[in-house]
Amino acid sequence: MSQSRTIYLDYNATAPVKPAVVEAVAQALATGGNPSSVHSTGRNARIAVENAREKVASLLGASAGDVIFTSGGTEANNLCLRSFHEAGRKLLVSAVEHPSVMTTALALGATIIPVDQNGVVQPDSLAELLEAEGKDQSVLVSVMAANNETGVLQPIQELADIAHQYGALMHTDAVQVAGKIPFDMKVLNVDLATISAHKTCGPAGTGALITSVQVGKMQGIQTGGGQEKGLRPGTENLAGIAGFGVAAELAADDLARTDEIEALRDSLERQISDFALDVRIFGADTARVGNTSCFAMPGVDSEVQVMSFDLEGIAISAGAACSSGKVSASPVLLAMGVDETAASSAIRVSLGWGTTQDDIDEFVAAWKALYGRLGQKSEELTAA
Amino acid sequence: MNEQSHVEFKGENMKTPIYMDYQATTPMDPRVVEVMMPYFGAKYGNPHSRSHSFGWEAEEAVEAARAQVASLIGASPKEIIFTSGATESNNLALKGAAMFYRDKGKDHIITSVTEHKCVLDTCRHLEQEEGFKVTYLPVQENGLISLDALKDAITDRTVLVSIMAVHNEIGVIQPLAEIGRICRENKIFFHTDAAQGAGKIPLDVNEMNIDLMSISGHKIYGPMGIGALFVRRKPRVRLRPLINGGGQERGMRSGTLSPPLCVGLGEACAIAEAEMASDNERIRLLAKRFHTAINDRLPEVILNGDDEHRFWGNINLSFAYVEGESLMMGIRDLAVSSGSACTSASLEPSYVLRSLGVEEEMAHTSIRFGIGRFTTEAEIDYAVEHIVKAVEKLRAMSPLWEMAQEGIDIKSIEWADH
Repeated sequence: MSQSRTIYLDYNATAPVKPAVVEAVAQALATGGNPSSVHSTGRNARIAVENAREKVASLLGASAGDVIFTSGGTEANNLCLRSFHEAGRKLLVSAVEHPSVMTTALALGATIIPVDQNGVVQPDSLAELLEAEGKDQSVLVSVMAANNETGVLQPIQELADIAHQYGALMHTDAVQVAGKIPFDMKVLNVDLATISAHKTCGPAGTGALITSVQVGKMQGIQTGGGQEKGLRPGTENLAGIAGFGVAAELAADDLARTDEIEALRDSLERQISDFALDVRIFGADTARVGNTSCFAMPGVDSEVQVMSFDLEGIAISAGAACSSGKVSASPVLLAMGVDETAASSAIRVSLGWGTTQDDIDEFVAAWKALYGRLGQKSEELTAA
Repeated sequence: MNEQSHVEFKGENMKTPIYMDYQATTPMDPRVVEVMMPYFGAKYGNPHSRSHSFGWEAEEAVEAARAQVASLIGASPKEIIFTSGATESNNLALKGAAMFYRDKGKDHIITSVTEHKCVLDTCRHLEQEEGFKVTYLPVQENGLISLDALKDAITDRTVLVSIMAVHNEIGVIQPLAEIGRICRENKIFFHTDAAQGAGKIPLDVNEMNIDLMSISGHKIYGPMGIGALFVRRKPRVRLRPLINGGGQERGMRSGTLSPPLCVGLGEACAIAEAEMASDNERIRLLAKRFHTAINDRLPEVILNGDDEHRFWGNINLSFAYVEGESLMMGIRDLAVSSGSACTSASLEPSYVLRSLGVEEEMAHTSIRFGIGRFTTEAEIDYAVEHIVKAVEKLRAMSPLWEMAQEGIDIKSIEWADH
């Protein structure tokens, strides 16, 4: 990297891997072995996979037997939606889901559950839609635990209870909450959850679908060897899974730091709101995961902002990373009723285990400078 | 947790078990690990982040890796899709092409009875769930398909032929160039599962008219959890994706790419391309040394699969008058397999060997010996001693062996029912 200073505030895109995780990965790469082989090399690999399974399950209050390892959150979401669609279930998903849920759900004829101006699914909206489906239609409800762009939390437990009242299954994309807030599938009463290693300070290329429902009813996307109960054939990503296990274990420690990270985020938001009255923080009026902040500098395009921050050595983003590269207003913000102009001037700042008060102060200083340069000017232009 | 120990052999201190299961997975090449590690650590960017240098750095690494994979098989980088492994590549190639072209009146697939389980299962899925017709070509005694049988199987509804390059259990190499020519002449897509072939034998997608090719990282001294699918652009092959989402990999495979895994696969391909000739010469010499020594010292040992059209890093032997599981126990200093790892926990004889016409008893006594980049001459010599001792001991205890030595034809015996 060319900059002398680099401040990483894009943890929701991917989180830096913790040193202990890197060690576990390096060790697994060196040891090797196909977990399905019956000789000792294979058996040792199997032990490593099963140890990791315990730890990943434990992070979400699940049992080891519930964990289906996949190549990541996107595959886990696809596995869940496609399997239950194949099994004849109607899909109901919220309007603010990650593209891996949204594009898949739309392709499979899902019904979209609207959100309110805070981006929250109202339990009544879900109940209405389930009522409309009628008793004979089996349903899978999928609502993410925390939004990747705004950090807005959904009332998962309430939604799960309603889903169950109507005999529906409840899936939640928990990618952005795992390790950030306590999340216990049993307490929340959710049937299926998706988790990603690289959003939990583990290596990219691994994730899991955790399912407490009878997997016999699921079909899987891929066919082949019998790995992962036949639901996800293919040789396991040994090093990735081993790293995922350690990351999950360490994520439990991070829960203790949640308040600290939230205080940093709040300090950021306070400083910029005090400085500029026209700044708009999305989802601020409702419960959010403590590491995420999404706000708009009116009149200044998101892309212009993120590029300016990059020149300052500060990494943030304008929304979901994914592949589009194209500049368009966030569908998540639009679903919250935000107008297109405001939505296209929004940026996302996401914090994590390596973030310090200095990082936040530097970000705020850079933001203020940018606001001074472009924000006020655009305001004047608008006024004129 | 590691059960590794050491033995003294010819004055050398040797680590056991000796790894001879290169078809299940290969040990990582330390050079591959070295290039991967920075991407697990300091270079942690998401390659799809377009707004900062962490992302660009990761993207650059991923694209360089894509070019390395492409170069190994004579493809263009734009034709390489990263996947989670060969199983996914095979699923994407078969289901993706089948489902895309089904509306165009194409509903027939040709494959062979000895394909990898994931290809066969995918074909069965397409038959049972999606209404496709599948022709499973038989193989000859040498494990190779008959080109005439292939030609005969083609219809105007055939969309795809899927034949693996190098066989995972018996190491035979199918006549890829001939299959490719037949497919191209008939305007049918040719998919090859090259999980065991890419990086092991020279493959050129253009010379061989291959349209889709599956590649695995962990079979070529690279990491597990990554593979690639070559998807030809001219003439273009279209696929319906299995995984939707952010639209990565040209929309054919969504999900965040793992830079360390991509970089690892790329480096593994680059090393394979540079060292294939020398690696193979070494492997061939070791294999000959192994096979000759076994044959010299043990009668009635059969090499399964063609002895010419083969990759010598895979030697599948049947030991007559020895029970397979007892032999596995007897050679515990060797990490070997009696077939595919996916199904190795089952005691069923290999469907592959049965397809070759190998009798059930002989299929039960077969063991696959893998020889690879890190196999040494001393390990081969130790393995030979170990195997010879175990087989001789088991045969000495076998009444069948005794009878055979006395000239009794075992097959003529009528066994009483119990």
